[in-house]
Amino acid sequence: MERVLNPPVAARRRETDANLGIAMAVMVALFVVAPFVVYPIFLMKALCFALFACAFNLLIGYVGLASFGHALFFGWASYFTAYVAKTWGWPPELAVILGTAAAAALGAIAGTLAIRRQGIYFAMITLALAQMMYFFALEAKFTGGEDGIQGVPRGRLFGLFDLSHEMTMYAFVLVVVVAGILFIYRIINSPFGEVLKAIRENEQRCVSLGFHTDRYKLVAFVLSATLAGLAGSMKSLVFQLASLTDVHWTMSGDVLLMTLLGGLGTMLGPVVGAFVVIAMQNYLAPFGQWVLVIQGAIFVVCVLVFRRGIVGELAHLLRVRL
Amino acid sequence: MFEIFGIPSQALFGQLLLGLINGSFYALLSLGLAVIFGMLNIINFTHGAQYMMGAFAAYLLLQYAGINYWAALVVAPILIGATGILIERLFLQHLRKLDPLYGLLLTFGLALVIEGLFRNYYGSSGLPYQVPDALRGGRNLGFMFLPNYRGWVIVLSLVVCLATWFAIERTRLGSYLRAATENPVLVRAFGINVPRMVTLTYGFGVGLAALAGVMAAPIYNVSPQMGSDLIIVVFAVVVIGGMGSIMGAIVTGFTLGIVEGLTKVFYPEASNTVIFVIMAIVLLVRPAGLFGRTA
Repeated sequence: MERVLNPPVAARRRETDANLGIAMAVMVALFVVAPFVVYPIFLMKALCFALFACAFNLLIGYVGLASFGHALFFGWASYFTAYVAKTWGWPPELAVILGTAAAAALGAIAGTLAIRRQGIYFAMITLALAQMMYFFALEAKFTGGEDGIQGVPRGRLFGLFDLSHEMTMYAFVLVVVVAGILFIYRIINSPFGEVLKAIRENEQRCVSLGFHTDRYKLVAFVLSATLAGLAGSMKSLVFQLASLTDVHWTMSGDVLLMTLLGGLGTMLGPVVGAFVVIAMQNYLAPFGQWVLVIQGAIFVVCVLVFRRGIVGELAHLLRVRL
Repeated sequence: MFEIFGIPSQALFGQLLLGLINGSFYALLSLGLAVIFGMLNIINFTHGAQYMMGAFAAYLLLQYAGINYWAALVVAPILIGATGILIERLFLQHLRKLDPLYGLLLTFGLALVIEGLFRNYYGSSGLPYQVPDALRGGRNLGFMFLPNYRGWVIVLSLVVCLATWFAIERTRLGSYLRAATENPVLVRAFGINVPRMVTLTYGFGVGLAALAGVMAAPIYNVSPQMGSDLIIVVFAVVVIGGMGSIMGAIVTGFTLGIVEGLTKVFYPEASNTVIFVIMAIVLLVRPAGLFGRTA
């Protein structure tokens, strides 16, 4: 089987890591300045989706597993966080932890089932499981059905910081998202991450070398689901809302688009992709269904002529790893 | 009037019939997916959108060209099949050497484009399509009342499915197809135009989806999103059946439709999810699917 993607060939590891470090530092600096220029709610939304897309990329970009059901983890984590924060009055940090843990548990169940098949079957299975949980969210009592869970209180972080202040909330989101992305970077550049990349390149060979590839794939799946859940939990605090939109398959499609557009298997691609897609949805909203058409067209173009994505293409031009 | 397991027989047979109808569509659609997958090695995510286009083609043909249901049964699949051939020539043929994942992504994008365009022009509410005059009304079978049109859908679907099975498994053309699935290079060496066969196969699979769409038009409302939810269920059906065999796709489609219908009688809350639950169980017990071959 051909490789899913063509990671830009790294010239020398240390040098390229320095480049990536610079790029990340620039990015974080931009995020620190940005809320003084751009509407913070928009930035927080984009940041949550950036983490979601990075988590998704961990699976598709570095293990070669294309999940079509990541809305399951994003959306259900958002439901759990919203429910305990609103109904039980949990503080935000515990609500986020619970939502993330719930996503990890769901990831363990869905992952165990899905990794039993490879390739496109994997995509279809994750999609079907997510759709099942969508129907469950539609009918279950505690999710609020069509209304979702509205008016979720943001609360006080550690009892100290009042998150109802837009800037305080922004700082919280920024710290969590950057920490999440650094964690993913750490995973990918660990011995564990090297095995994941080896599985992507040639699973049969990994098996013959004595690796239990199924275990690696499952752990990667759970990690990806957990981080997607963290993004969903944060999103429900930012918007003070958990709704059916978050668990619908279109959400899985959106995150796939962000990752593909930004660059599969690049560290920063999903972040860029998330910002582009969220900006597009924001500014094109008045054009109604054309957003769907444009998103579909971007998919087609990316697959046909732009498989490296924005950051992948840039990294290829500059001959660095981003 | 009698009762079975405490359920009035009318209700039971009524839901069984609905299940068979759904099963007819599952069978036709998963058959098309299996045929396409066999030759092109991609999962056609556009399948749901093409089913929807079939229904719209029937509606538009009647509205603007005065072409009735019977003619639409032939014309719509040909028209939509032709758009499928165009898609294969324009896009899919360039993906042959890539990971099959890209085929999935591309067809997903196309599905979004098509659904978005139709929603733009026709909104999200459904458009009505009349049952053809000859199939109005129904008949009393003694134990239940059978609307003629529904009976027709089940029979037609069975006939089309079996004819497709016969064409692929029992004819010379079918043997070329099966050979090209196994080893395209060798079949090409024998002087058979495999790329053209691939194109036509895709067109045929798409035509099957469009035919299902025409058949569905009088039962469900014709609406832009009629395909997108259905296709996810069909994916689950395909995972359960495994895509190794044509007959497997047909049998699994009808069986799961019936199972879904029975669930509506005995435990209605689970009727939306029962197929997905079965999929999970099958994955645990027999990962390759009921009729699948392990890769």
